[in-house]
Amino acid sequence: MSPRYQNRIELLQGTLDLLILQTLRWGPQHGYGISHAIRTNSGDILQVDTGSLYPALHRLERQKWISADWKVSENKQRVRVYKLTAKGKKQLESERSRWAQVSDAIAGVLNPAKRESEA
Amino acid sequence: MTFSFWRRQKRERELEEEIQSHLKMAAQDRTDRGETPDHARSAAQRELGNVGLIKEVTREMWGWASFERLMQDLRYGLRMLAKSPGFTVVAVLTLALGIGANTALFSVVNGVLLKPLPYPQPEQLVWLAESKPNFASGSISFPNFRDWQKDNRTFSGMAVYRSYNFNILGLGDAEQVGARFITSDFFNVLGVGPVIGRTFASGEDDIGRSPIVMISEGLWKRKFNASPDVLGKNINLDGTGYTIVGVTPASFDFSGLFRDVDVYAPLGQWTNPLLPNRGAGLGVHGVGRLNPGVTIEQARADMARISSNLATAYPDTNKGIGATLRPLRQTMVGDVRVLLLVLLAAVGFVLLIACVNVANLMLARAATRSREFAIRAALGAGQARLVRQLLTESILLAFAAGALGLLLAVWGTRAALQFLAQGLPRASEVHLDARALLFAALISLSCGILFGLAPALKSRGGNLLDTLKEGGRGESGTRHRAQGLLVIVEMAMALVLLISAGLMLRSLTSLWNVNPGFDSHNVLAFGVALPPSMRNASAAEIRAALRNVDRQLAAVPGVKSISLSWGAVPLSSDDEDLFWIEGKPKPLTDNEKSWSISYVVEENYLQVMGIPLQRGRFFTAEDNENASHVVVVDDLFAKKYFPDVDPIGQHIFLDNKGGRAEIIGIVSHIKQWGLDSDEKETLRAELYFPFMQLPDQAMQLSGSGTGVMVRYDPRAAAIGDSLRAAVKGISAEHVMSKTQTMDEIISDSLASQRFSMAVFGIFAALALVLASVGIYGVISYLVQQRTQEIGVRVALGAKRSDVLRLILGEGMRMAGAGVILGLMASFGLTRLMASLLYGVSATDPLTFTAVAVLLAIVALAACYIPARRAMRVDPMVALRYE
Repeated sequence: MSPRYQNRIELLQGTLDLLILQTLRWGPQHGYGISHAIRTNSGDILQVDTGSLYPALHRLERQKWISADWKVSENKQRVRVYKLTAKGKKQLESERSRWAQVSDAIAGVLNPAKRESEA
Repeated sequence: MTFSFWRRQKRERELEEEIQSHLKMAAQDRTDRGETPDHARSAAQRELGNVGLIKEVTREMWGWASFERLMQDLRYGLRMLAKSPGFTVVAVLTLALGIGANTALFSVVNGVLLKPLPYPQPEQLVWLAESKPNFASGSISFPNFRDWQKDNRTFSGMAVYRSYNFNILGLGDAEQVGARFITSDFFNVLGVGPVIGRTFASGEDDIGRSPIVMISEGLWKRKFNASPDVLGKNINLDGTGYTIVGVTPASFDFSGLFRDVDVYAPLGQWTNPLLPNRGAGLGVHGVGRLNPGVTIEQARADMARISSNLATAYPDTNKGIGATLRPLRQTMVGDVRVLLLVLLAAVGFVLLIACVNVANLMLARAATRSREFAIRAALGAGQARLVRQLLTESILLAFAAGALGLLLAVWGTRAALQFLAQGLPRASEVHLDARALLFAALISLSCGILFGLAPALKSRGGNLLDTLKEGGRGESGTRHRAQGLLVIVEMAMALVLLISAGLMLRSLTSLWNVNPGFDSHNVLAFGVALPPSMRNASAAEIRAALRNVDRQLAAVPGVKSISLSWGAVPLSSDDEDLFWIEGKPKPLTDNEKSWSISYVVEENYLQVMGIPLQRGRFFTAEDNENASHVVVVDDLFAKKYFPDVDPIGQHIFLDNKGGRAEIIGIVSHIKQWGLDSDEKETLRAELYFPFMQLPDQAMQLSGSGTGVMVRYDPRAAAIGDSLRAAVKGISAEHVMSKTQTMDEIISDSLASQRFSMAVFGIFAALALVLASVGIYGVISYLVQQRTQEIGVRVALGAKRSDVLRLILGEGMRMAGAGVILGLMASFGLTRLMASLLYGVSATDPLTFTAVAVLLAIVALAACYIPARRAMRVDPMVALRYE
């Protein structure tokens, strides 16, 4: 196993959807671009497994949160480009706020003293 | 479907392209970072992982996956079934038998019990009769019917009918046909229209109107080539010209009550002099249609009101007379209900046994397939997927069996109808229809789930690693236990069926052994009608003509003795007379008089029928029209009406037979109502009246058709033909009806018992075979599984007989448990068929014991074959078997 893998974190169930939607907020992107963006933006810590990425993309597409189009990339290559729909934007908002709640809650559990002092 | 197929192809290609472009971009990035193109490509490939898996998981997101998997399971299932044709054939055949028998019986039950009657708004139809002190469903008199018709407020229409036989003359050979006298509204009430022409108009059914007739479509085709100008033509019935006004559809048979009817005539045409008599009981019954929204209770109340008015107006005849109303359907279906439901339950058991058998086969197969399942599980198949695979296979089997079963059902339904034609009402309505097909599909599906579930559940829970390590040889105790349990259940169900069949067999034999009170062998019954030219002949001329018939027929070689017969015929048709006893207060109304079954016969009747004379004397040729009237009664009559005095020498008054008559002898009772049901009837007293002493009016009527009973020499060949020739020899216009032997009449009266006996017998035999195959299969499997153990035992010094005992003991434990369970179930279940049994209790110990022993012996035999195989196991071979 290469040392790189040791730093990798397995994504929590459901967080991949959030990451994909968030990534697409900055503009349409193809699958490879999305995985690349997630990896880069997480400082190489979040590595999206391709085996999860494409099923997730197709699932989100089916739920009409994102839509897909075939475009030609800079490298003159046909790529399938995903973009956020209006419905997807709403979904992103609610997922973000849920995520905020969850991470607050986890932080509270991990760090009870801080919370008490705040109170 | 095509659309989604193309769309799917496209998506498939796009997914491939999308993944390829992903790969290319990943490789590009790596080359950009300075890796060699080859290295970059393979690294990107590695990073991407299993492309096939990615595609499959992604595809599942499209929502087609479940269908896809089903097709896969189906393909795989078909391959597995094709790989073991022996198993497949046995399983399919076993199930097909069960499904076929069930579907056949269901289509009978459906036609007879479930389907509505084939008339518009059948729920409005009721069957009508007069209730009398002696009968709940007595004959309706014509005048009473007219008052019912006029005064009721709850019926939209009512009609009565009465069976009759007409001789058709002048259209080829003289021929006797079944007929019905009906009143005008009969077809309107049922909602049946004529094929051509019209039905009878109101009033055309009155006495004294011009003779008109409707004929059946069958007769129309047979005699008139289905020509439309038959309307208005004349047809000669019993010497009277009737004008044909309509043709009734072939499909019409009044739900089995009117089988073989070719002629419908208005009731008013009946020449019976008693027809206008308000108190006459002439075998007339009715059918009515309730007004929309009227319940049968309201109609009953309405009719009760009419009846009480009539009783006040005509106390002589109508005191104590009411109206019986019954839903028409209930009258049609009658007694067969219990029989059919019991048979349906029985055939259900057969199917369950078949399912258990196939489940057992599947279990045994699952054992040999456990490695396959372990490998599939190791490769990532989920438990649910494996269970679904097994269920798919079993449902596939079940549907193959269902298709084959349908073929069997087509044949079985036909066979059942042939068997039961006599006893089954609404037989013409029995078809394999959509409902029966649905039923077959449904039971196939539930069978598939039922027998597929056991092995499917078994396949779960097993430890993957153990199975793989065991190399498929694993001794799995739980599996054996499940199979043993199934065999026990199977044995128990087979026992229930066998006991039921045994009880039916015992009933039937005791019925056959019932003494009907007469000797039915070598007796022939038929009818003879004098020429229509004698229709207006005097009673004396009729007497002379009938004496001539008597003489001519007695001279036919092979005829031992002969008697004319009018009135009741044992087990076939009944006729009753009202009487009162001299010396007791004279009854004021008919209702205070008593009823007796009456046989109008000649002096040789006792010889013909072999009825023993107990005391006194029977008629002689001298008890004729000139002598004083005499009667002979049976012992029940004597006991009932003369409990304290000797009836011989006493006098009774017979209203319709010329008044006062002296009782001159006592004969033994005969079972008029049927071998099994005679004792249950209330009206059982019998009396005999000399034929030649019939009053003139009745004598004139008898010329148009009287019964003849003949005892013949069994060595005489074709006695029926000789008799027919003799009748023809008297004159071409003398008509002889179809002959029937008394044995046939008895046999017909037992038709439904014979049918249920045969069906139970078939079911029980099937169950026995299936159960023995089941126990054989399990023991064989056991022996195979334990070959190694047996080898070790033998190597360590166990004797062959020990091995035999070991295996047989195993089988007998199962059989024993099955027998005990079955006996307990039978005690509970056979009660339900008590009403079908005769002369044997529903828990008859002899049947129970004999059948239990039989089953045990069969089970022992089934175990013996594999047990012998076990005994012969060569320890060396067995140990090397590893």
